[in-house]
Amino acid sequence: MAGPSVRKSSIYLSLTGALAVLFLGMLLHAKVQAGRAMNQRESNTALVRSLGLTDLCIFTEARYTRHPAMADRHAAFQDHPMGLDHFPSGSLVAPPTFPSPHARPHPALPQHP
Amino acid sequence: MRAPTQRYRNILDFALSSLLRRKGRNLSLTGVYTLVVFVLASLIFFVQALKREARELLVQAPDMVVQRLVAGRHDPILAAQAEAIRSIRGVLEVRPRLWGYYYDPAFGGNLTVMANEHEPIAADAVWIGQGVARNMRVNEGDLISLRAYDGLPMLFLVQKILPTESELVSSDLVLMAPRDVRSLFHFPEGLATDLAITAGNPRELPTIAAKIVERFPDARPILKAELLRTYEAVFDWRGGLMVVVLGSALLSFVIFAWDKATGLSAEERREIGILKSIGWESSDVLLLKFWEGTVVSLTAFLSGILLAYVHVFFFSARLFEHALKGWSVLFPRYRLLPALDGYQLTVLFFLTVLPYTAATLVPIWRAATVDPDAAMRT
Repeated sequence: MAGPSVRKSSIYLSLTGALAVLFLGMLLHAKVQAGRAMNQRESNTALVRSLGLTDLCIFTEARYTRHPAMADRHAAFQDHPMGLDHFPSGSLVAPPTFPSPHARPHPALPQHP
Repeated sequence: MRAPTQRYRNILDFALSSLLRRKGRNLSLTGVYTLVVFVLASLIFFVQALKREARELLVQAPDMVVQRLVAGRHDPILAAQAEAIRSIRGVLEVRPRLWGYYYDPAFGGNLTVMANEHEPIAADAVWIGQGVARNMRVNEGDLISLRAYDGLPMLFLVQKILPTESELVSSDLVLMAPRDVRSLFHFPEGLATDLAITAGNPRELPTIAAKIVERFPDARPILKAELLRTYEAVFDWRGGLMVVVLGSALLSFVIFAWDKATGLSAEERREIGILKSIGWESSDVLLLKFWEGTVVSLTAFLSGILLAYVHVFFFSARLFEHALKGWSVLFPRYRLLPALDGYQLTVLFFLTVLPYTAATLVPIWRAATVDPDAAMRT
């Protein structure tokens, strides 16, 4: 004799419940890691402070991708005549805002009455 | 009291049976949906974690960096200008920085060589980042050879390898004594790569920058706010590939969901007709379809988010590695620290669940309100 069959909705609700518990676990893990991250970040900020670093080391292929904040204005072929834009990092970095943030306002000219 | 709950359970049971009757189609839909959520969530987690690291770390960067431009290009600056800048009111400290790039022909990668005056680095010794150690296959105590400006090799003792945790800022660094940097690059005394400036009051920085440009018209001051803004712009929503990846993924998914929903099979129409003829109301049919959609959406959303979290924060976004690596030979292997907030998750929810719901709602409404007799005849 077959036993009482389990309702499909019970199986679904259990599985979704398990996923929801994992989701909460993920939030908890992120919270716990954030606490631990403080130590790691402190040693990194000390390195940034003592060396006066200005950029993160994400793309190392060219000067303007290694130090985007220090680079010349973004220009293709700036490394070499055959140096095409480095792909895909060149595409991931957004184009500069206009007017360029490096542009300084000219000293005010005397106004004519 | 149990009646309303039972009604929903019964409809959920029916919805699950209905989904299982078209197992292949619904499983493939859930699979594609999960994949879309996974890709979008991975991108958002990755970008937000990098932006957060940039914000947290670069807050310690110099308040201002002053470069010298010659014929429109960055050139070494006279260290003597440091004295003149130090005399500007509001400037606390001016530190000449000595650094440059070194292309290593042996493994074809670019290194950042930097002088470190604050740490006791012996002459002819270096501290190197993890990426450099990995590529050169060296350990502490080994010797590395760098080609000086005149082509002659210079030997350096690896005194220390910077910790793995610092790879996000130090992977390609080679730190050495200032004298060694000058010997390696033939960098003349009295010149520096740029000047790092610390101001007493950050609000005075624009004024200090204006005074520097007035006194040295060939100088280019870069404020810390601009450094931070650069990293906000990197991987921005508006930036290059990001728009293409996000836009095309979302659009193709909306088309997929629309196609699935509008292509209600004759069997489904007949099913709706039968349900209505035996007494189901349009609202019941809509509730049934709502449950079908919720089962698919919720499963795909939760699974996609969890997979993305594991992918980005446990496996360092391996699937994106080839896209990010680009031409880099020396690729930093940083482990990102989880940075989640309610805003990201809400954005993800609206980016994925909303298009699906919107794409399926109208066709289902049309099917649910159809005359049962007409539905069964078709």
